Amino acid sequence: MSIPFYDGGVASGLLSGVLFGYALEAAGFGSARKLTAQFSLRDFSVFKVMFTAVLVSAIGLYILRSMGLMAGNAVFIPTMFFWAILAGGLLIGAGFALGGYCPGTSVVGVASGRIDAVVFAVGMVIGTSAFAWVYEPLMGFYMAGQGPAAQTLPQLFGLPEWVVLLVLVVLAAIGFRLGTMMERARGGPLTSEEVCAPDDEADDLTMTAATRQA
Amino acid sequence: MRDAPKPFWSPLSAGIVLGLALLLTFIITGHGLGASGFVTRFAAQANEWVAPTATAENAYFGPFMKAGNPLMSWITWEVVGVLIGAFLGAKGAGRISVKVERGPSTSSGNRLMYALIGGALVGFGARLARGCTSGVGLSGGATLAVAGFVFLIGFFAAGFAVSFLMRRVWQ
Repeated sequence: MSIPFYDGGVASGLLSGVLFGYALEAAGFGSARKLTAQFSLRDFSVFKVMFTAVLVSAIGLYILRSMGLMAGNAVFIPTMFFWAILAGGLLIGAGFALGGYCPGTSVVGVASGRIDAVVFAVGMVIGTSAFAWVYEPLMGFYMAGQGPAAQTLPQLFGLPEWVVLLVLVVLAAIGFRLGTMMERARGGPLTSEEVCAPDDEADDLTMTAATRQA
Repeated sequence: MRDAPKPFWSPLSAGIVLGLALLLTFIITGHGLGASGFVTRFAAQANEWVAPTATAENAYFGPFMKAGNPLMSWITWEVVGVLIGAFLGAKGAGRISVKVERGPSTSSGNRLMYALIGGALVGFGARLARGCTSGVGLSGGATLAVAGFVFLIGFFAAGFAVSFLMRRVWQ
């Protein structure tokens, strides 16, 4: 048995993309207000969806490897370049809180009719171009703090993979609990009615929600 | 009277479906899902339209251009798929809403300015991190890569900090 199939064709891209886009949209991630409400602690969907997906996929890969269906080094694992990856994560978090999206969710925003997502995408092309033009002087920083190739958490901590997965499941469960408590204290996660209303009605709905909370 | 949009899926259901889609992508392709890889290739192409010689000589874009049409790549088809899947989902659930989505105390003009600046920060950051929330955070996290978790810590830390400073943008 040889998994993965390493199929980089058009059909494979379209299939993965359609499923990805459908799931992100169903989660409400075409809405900048729903996405950014994560950081005002009113809506923990970003944390909950992301950690659930990471764990479902990580456990699936673990099972495939344990059954001997997939080799340990069969899938792409990014290598750590500590400073650039930390700085990149910080910039994306900052740009997400300010601009309302990350790259993937901005595509979902565009597909859901959001004009701000189109402008955000133009901004991404500008930012990417800016990076390319300062790439040479940045090269030292870009390569700094390189870790072992494709290092994983089980390797870093010297623990069996199932222990790491178990710890992550427990952390995610605690995060879910705390998140739901904070959501309740702040008027609950944003609903599709609140974020998909036409512009003029959106203000009214927000007002209603604020009144309800008060 | 407009039909009310269907509710979003619960985060748990959406997360499970997203995780299975990601797992299927690993099985089919050997790598995870992404998004900013397409933006990079599109930016290389856009720069080539404006300044062909300089783009070909550019240390970052040059290799993309040398390999042929930068848009002819798996990630392009995946992003086209995301557009189709998200559109079908939004359409079927009555969740298409053509508007500038903004906080009640932010004007449309300001919202679009923040979207442009935020997009530029994200575009730059995704190149530094060698990927974005999908490629490094989600897909890297699913392989339990140390890089994925360092990225996610940075992402959430800066998100909370900037959101605290800029909370009037959304509230």
